[in-house]
Amino acid sequence: MSKKNFVFFWLMLICNLIYSQNSISGKISSQRPINFSDIHIHLGQKIISSDASGNYSIANLPNGTLKIYVSHIGFQSIDTIIDLKNNLKLDFYLKLNTTSLPEVVVLQKSNNPIKSVATQQIKLETIEKYSNQNLGDVLKEIAGVSSLKTGNAVVKPIINGLYGNRVLVINNGVKLEDQQWGSEHAPNFDINAASKIIVIKGASGLQYSGDAIGGLVVIEPISVKKDTLFGRTILNYDTNGQGGSISSSIHKGNDLGWSWNALTTFKYIGDKEAPNYVLSNTGNRNINFSGDIKFAAKKYNITAFYSYYKSLIGILSASHTGNVNDLYQSINNKIPSIVNDFTYTIKNPKQDVAHQIIKFNYNYYFNESAFIAVQYDFQQNNRLEYDIRRGNYNNIAALDLNLKTNAAKIDFNKNGHDWNVKSGISGALQNNFANPATGIRPLIPNYDKIDLGAYGIASYHFSDTFVIDGGLRYDFSKIDATKFYQKSRWDERGYTPAFSEFIVGDYASQWLTKPSFTFHNISASTGFHKQLENNWHLFANVSFASRNPNPSEFFSDGLHHSTGVIELGDLNLNKEQSTKLSVTIQKKYNRFSFEINPYINNIQDYIFLKPVGFETTIRGAFPVWEYKQTNAQLIGIDIQTHWDITNQWQHSFSFAYVNGKDTSKDEPLIDMPPLNLNSKIRFSKKEWRSLIMELKSEIVLQQNQFPDNNFFTNIIQDNALVPVLVDVSTPPPAYHLLHFYSEMKIKTFNKAISTVAFSVQNILNVSYRDYLNRQRFFADEIGRSFQIQLKFNY
Amino acid sequence: MQTNFKINPFNLNTNKMKTTIQKFNNSVSKNLKICGIAIIATLTFSSCSGDDDNVEPVNEEEVITTVTAIYTPVGGGTAITLQSKDLDGDGANPPVITVSSPFAKNKTYNGTVTVKNESVTPAEDITLEIIAEGVDHQLFYQKTGTLNAFTYALGVSNLDKNGKPVGLQSVFTTTETATGNLTITLRHEPNKGAANVASGDITNAGGATDFVVTFSISVL
Repeated sequence: MSKKNFVFFWLMLICNLIYSQNSISGKISSQRPINFSDIHIHLGQKIISSDASGNYSIANLPNGTLKIYVSHIGFQSIDTIIDLKNNLKLDFYLKLNTTSLPEVVVLQKSNNPIKSVATQQIKLETIEKYSNQNLGDVLKEIAGVSSLKTGNAVVKPIINGLYGNRVLVINNGVKLEDQQWGSEHAPNFDINAASKIIVIKGASGLQYSGDAIGGLVVIEPISVKKDTLFGRTILNYDTNGQGGSISSSIHKGNDLGWSWNALTTFKYIGDKEAPNYVLSNTGNRNINFSGDIKFAAKKYNITAFYSYYKSLIGILSASHTGNVNDLYQSINNKIPSIVNDFTYTIKNPKQDVAHQIIKFNYNYYFNESAFIAVQYDFQQNNRLEYDIRRGNYNNIAALDLNLKTNAAKIDFNKNGHDWNVKSGISGALQNNFANPATGIRPLIPNYDKIDLGAYGIASYHFSDTFVIDGGLRYDFSKIDATKFYQKSRWDERGYTPAFSEFIVGDYASQWLTKPSFTFHNISASTGFHKQLENNWHLFANVSFASRNPNPSEFFSDGLHHSTGVIELGDLNLNKEQSTKLSVTIQKKYNRFSFEINPYINNIQDYIFLKPVGFETTIRGAFPVWEYKQTNAQLIGIDIQTHWDITNQWQHSFSFAYVNGKDTSKDEPLIDMPPLNLNSKIRFSKKEWRSLIMELKSEIVLQQNQFPDNNFFTNIIQDNALVPVLVDVSTPPPAYHLLHFYSEMKIKTFNKAISTVAFSVQNILNVSYRDYLNRQRFFADEIGRSFQIQLKFNY
Repeated sequence: MQTNFKINPFNLNTNKMKTTIQKFNNSVSKNLKICGIAIIATLTFSSCSGDDDNVEPVNEEEVITTVTAIYTPVGGGTAITLQSKDLDGDGANPPVITVSSPFAKNKTYNGTVTVKNESVTPAEDITLEIIAEGVDHQLFYQKTGTLNAFTYALGVSNLDKNGKPVGLQSVFTTTETATGNLTITLRHEPNKGAANVASGDITNAGGATDFVVTFSISVL
């Protein structure tokens, strides 16, 4: 199909006669036979249809500008504005949709019918820069998103101060179920498979879930824009870690008929290095394959998708500590207790995670304004965590969880001229199996979970500049667990008699229990978007959401080896309920634009880990942290600006601040991101092989708002027991990093364009620690690294 | 005045369109069928999970529940048994610590530490594992108060294959009346080459603690 044959244009005629009421008429023709009465013509606020042969007419139109929008499914829509002063004859020619992209765009828009929240986007160009890194790293590009890290390879997003189960990752329409309750469990996703990432701060993405108190990360896969075969390969090399990655993908697009995508990524990285020492055992490996095949007809399309992700991540050797005395030594010595020579070898402790997704989609378009989408997906997550153990146990995983999730959903979308409705139902069955062969009582028990949900979201345009929206969602959730409790723990928790009914078996020192919980949750969101004069935009949204306690919050009852802390869950926990008010003000000048987003989030029964004391075991004393509930308030502001100084120089800036408070006890919340400021200056010149050079400054201040969870422990000094302070609370000092990025485009064989990029991270080789890195007690962050990236499009 | 502007006049072909719709309907049902079969297949395939009704508690074979140090006086006398027993591992109950009797003055005691897991039946002797993996283990003896120092026994059986101490055997020589605590620590993967570690100083040993037990003892 040659695109050159398709030409479309429109014409308007101004005649000399002046009438206050005008008429427009004309004829619509098309490249292929269609039912002309299905064509919708929007003229300003009015919608008309053409007759069977394509003729249309409308009278009584006032003078002035008029928006005209002509659409028919499967054809490119025509969107134009005319200045109406007299009667007009206007013919339109509809050309076939040669690409599948416009449909996808429609889908994307309707996927987010909430208009009152200014969503943030990361584009492919930016994502490709992070090809060698993780999802959590690239998300930091957005003001208000920071990362919770364990070392450098495990990175979880924090949105407006919230993380874990409060932030959902939607990968290609699938709600990622990958044991995301764990703070050292990174999202199982290869960044190279994303073409666009959208971040919705807060719980207003009701079509996905009702419990995203923190927000949503919506990832869209790469899909081809044209009726062509397109390929891309990205090669990365990083001097820090002496390794890199290769990612290759092939995409076949088609407007109708078959299209497919395939992508594979392989990553191999050795020990990372801090400025002064090797971070021993921090290498990682990663393999990812994903692919889909799609068949599109005029009114429907059907897609099958499969993805396999596997990663092996070494955990810093020095972070494996035993009791509080070991922890005290690590914090006070300031250098890692174990520093070996650089190696690619990954020893224990390590994580070995595999995640698979199978998905089927069926979309049916009733007409150009309504469609139904049916999706079924299956996910399997197998998480193996290896610890340093004695003898042969070293080869047996200390934690072996297998999580399977079956989910199905049906979404219906209908666009009117000035309204949009989206509604749907969803259901999921989840099974978690904790393999007892580990020889260690599992942190998370076996459980079965059922989720059912239904939602409706609507938006209404009062005018071109004012839109309101509202949404409501109901979720039912039931979890049935099977867990062995040590009798001593059961008694210490005080579960008798409140939960005696859960006991089903007596195994000497342990109870076999079957805890079961049922939840009914309502979530809602409403707000408006007003476009004022001179390109001012005002968004305001209030959302209400509930999150049920996750399995670790309910059932944890022992030593969490990766943190050296005894974590105790609580069967008494209630669901968390958040009410968030968020306002966004945007303003666009000719060369300068800014966005300011203040928000306030009140969370009732906020669940957090609170240090409560010690327990002595034969391995020594361990701090005990209990899941507790309190009322919390998070107040913050995110600011982003963009300035086109000249055609070649650009500046962008982002700022994020959040203050989290335990309002019941009037003290700060733990693990709140400190104030951060990012500034980037960019020089680009098309004539010089599309040269781009960027210098980025990253400033993170010290977090001064933190709860004091310090404790004393006794160590033997000079033949006497001496109490010493274990400072686990004080955040590390502020730091300032500079990063450099540059790229050039080169024409290679067959006119294909290749991009060569060179970048330097942490140019000044600054030694620093980050408050939100769980390994800040043990080692510095990584030092300077030089990276080279080659990108081929073909 | 009006102007006509026309592009590609179009001939409506109703027959052709009917055909298209029919085709379309056929392929919808066909695709739905395929989709349905796939879903059922996947559900069937994936729903066979662990058998929940036949669960067994995890056998924590690796856990150390009991540390016993027996000090036998050279030349006869009452042997003294120091024991720390924590049957619920990292459970809520603290270890139970017992000291059989005070040490006697002016004697040399040879001590031997044994390590057991008594949460399983029969109890497992972990001491053998520690000996087998001697290079990765070292015991340290720290005292407080007026007690004399505890030192490593000099025999070859107290060394790993590199000639570095493992430290299961210790020597305690008493003189005058004294009281204080004895803390015995087992470190996993210590840095045996670090300063003073070979002579029993824990300060630079690093590694992770497998057990640490403290006994309040006296010499009478």
